[in-house]
Amino acid sequence: MGKTLRIALAVAGKDLRVELRSRTAFVSAVTLAALILLIFNFARDTAVVSREALVPSVLWVTLAFVGVTVLNRSFTMERENGALDGLLLAPVSRSAVFLGKYLANLAFVVVVELVTVLLVVLFFGADLRGTLGALLATVFLASAGFVAVGTVFAAMTARTRFAELMLPLLLLPFLVPPVIAGVQVTTRLLAGRPVSEIAGWLQILGLYDVVFFTLCLLVFPSLMDE
Amino acid sequence: MPFSSPSEPALLEASDLERRFGAARVLRGVSLTVRAGECHLVAGPNGAGKSTLLRLLAGLARPSAGMVLLEGRVLTGRPPRTRLPVPAAEPALRRHIGLLSHQSQLYDDLTAGENLAFAARLHGLDRPEERARSGLAGVGLAERADTQVRRLSRGMIQRVAFARAMLHEPRLLLLDEPFTGMDPLSSDTVRERLGGLLAAGCALVLVTHDVLEAWALASHAHVMVHGAWIRSGPRGPSMDGFLHDYREVVRG
Amino acid sequence: MSTLAASAAQRTIRRGLVITGLGLAAMAGVYVLALCFTPIERFQGLPQKIFYVHVPAAWSALLAFSLVGIASALYLWLRDPRLDWFAESCAEAGLVFSLVMLTTGPLWGKPIWGTYWTWDARLTFTLLLFFLFLGYRALRGAMHDPGDRARYSAVVGIMGLVLVPFVHLTVYLFNTLHPKPIVLKPDSPSLPWEMLRTLLVSLAGFTVLLFGYVTTHYGLARRAQEQGEEGGHGD
Repeated sequence: MGKTLRIALAVAGKDLRVELRSRTAFVSAVTLAALILLIFNFARDTAVVSREALVPSVLWVTLAFVGVTVLNRSFTMERENGALDGLLLAPVSRSAVFLGKYLANLAFVVVVELVTVLLVVLFFGADLRGTLGALLATVFLASAGFVAVGTVFAAMTARTRFAELMLPLLLLPFLVPPVIAGVQVTTRLLAGRPVSEIAGWLQILGLYDVVFFTLCLLVFPSLMDE
Repeated sequence: MPFSSPSEPALLEASDLERRFGAARVLRGVSLTVRAGECHLVAGPNGAGKSTLLRLLAGLARPSAGMVLLEGRVLTGRPPRTRLPVPAAEPALRRHIGLLSHQSQLYDDLTAGENLAFAARLHGLDRPEERARSGLAGVGLAERADTQVRRLSRGMIQRVAFARAMLHEPRLLLLDEPFTGMDPLSSDTVRERLGGLLAAGCALVLVTHDVLEAWALASHAHVMVHGAWIRSGPRGPSMDGFLHDYREVVRG
Repeated sequence: MSTLAASAAQRTIRRGLVITGLGLAAMAGVYVLALCFTPIERFQGLPQKIFYVHVPAAWSALLAFSLVGIASALYLWLRDPRLDWFAESCAEAGLVFSLVMLTTGPLWGKPIWGTYWTWDARLTFTLLLFFLFLGYRALRGAMHDPGDRARYSAVVGIMGLVLVPFVHLTVYLFNTLHPKPIVLKPDSPSLPWEMLRTLLVSLAGFTVLLFGYVTTHYGLARRAQEQGEEGGHGD
């Protein structure tokens, strides 16, 4: 158990070091988020629709698309020089490799999401007094599950020709429950509703995370055999 | 060049390996026995299945039929007359194998030192940075430890990859075209290191087009055509003889 | 030896075609039944009769999807290529049935509600199933090695099946918060006997059709395999 965690942290550390070294992925992801928000702003009739009313929808749509885009890079770095073989040849369990990839992806996605939330607050004038913490917690809770699914799918689609299309095609259906829950929670938080109203949705998110993380952990090893 | 006695148990035993890709049979009934201190040269035309064989021996791929035993334990494959699939080999077995493939298995954005340190961590070695540095020194690249891989020359990348494959002191080293595209200095370095490994009891399976480069090291020479051995066994004394037969066989 | 096996594939195909034929005959029977022997619904009129195709198609799609998920899980455990053929066949069938459901929906919706599409729970859910089937198919098309293809699509199959309850739950909750016109009114228990009868016959017909389609497709996959002679899975 300790060994698995140690290996996972080594893999995650390597992933993050590669990201930090090149930095292009992070900058591109954040720029993408900003651009999507820009388009959303112009994609409304300003007389009819206020900025604030759109916040929940805009936030979660942006998170969904940026999240999917970010996950793609996870296994492209392994394919470049056949580095994945290096991971698979090592005397470590496949689950440890998955855990490491997952942790790195989660960290990366979470940071990009944090910036996205702040951009939404800035561009759409959301009033998050007192609820910013709760909103961020919800966003992270929603990410934990879909990042697991995304890690597995990214490993698969990295080998296909149109990975940039295949990954969203496969992954977006899995975003439906987190997005529905996320928007419901965000709307209520912005309206200052009591916690009791959102507890149910948070439980759904938590259940989703636990179920899919476990499933992905179990399924990943069979993917890696040739 | 040390030859191990036949009474010693084999380090690697591959029996009747089959590998299909769709309808095509890439490997057809290939068997191989490798003992400590032996160097098996595997030659053959392109697309013969040599790289596939290496991946099977490394435990990266499962054969459609047949089995690979490492030190008597099942690395991959299915024992005959069993229906259920064999569970994947315990990770610990992989400790004894190193693979140097066509691709470098390195991360371009990291330095040579960082790449090796990561490999050391994966293998659970102590003091990874130290191991990385000494690994690089062993291939004459100590001063490049802090250079990003993308800035290294082709030959240097091969040497770093070689250091990576050997870092955990595997008992079986599998090499796929190790001399391709290498400058003479790099080739000599690698050949020297390989000789040292053999003397220390390591076993090598070396796939190459370039028989000349590897001939001196080899104890056994095999030729694969269309996924099957055309010639397999201990190396004869004459390289010209071997090459002559090789060309005949491949042409015919 | 291979001719014997080949004829087994042939027999499967023939059996599949026969069953499909029976299914189609049943559907023809339903057509007659629905138009001639079932009363016209009071509020919705003639277009309501699409319900006898629409609802069973949805159920068949869900059944097909569940079979894909179960076969996928079994495949990852047992690695038997036949499970992969079965999963693929069910996915093809499911794709067709969900498409039928999604096209009859608008055909029904327009005359009655004046709108081609509503985001009611069942339509939304089947639309999602449709996308999952499509994704499954797209992934298979992008992979060339049968072993890899089987393994990867099995993973998608299992994940999809686990996703279904979550989607069902969240979409249902979403809809109860935003009530829609109740398109599928016949959910209520006050369904007169003649309508229920026609619905059940239609459901039986669709199930037979599913079975026939899957069998035929399976037989075809098997024959293709055998004609490829030593085709097989790398594991």
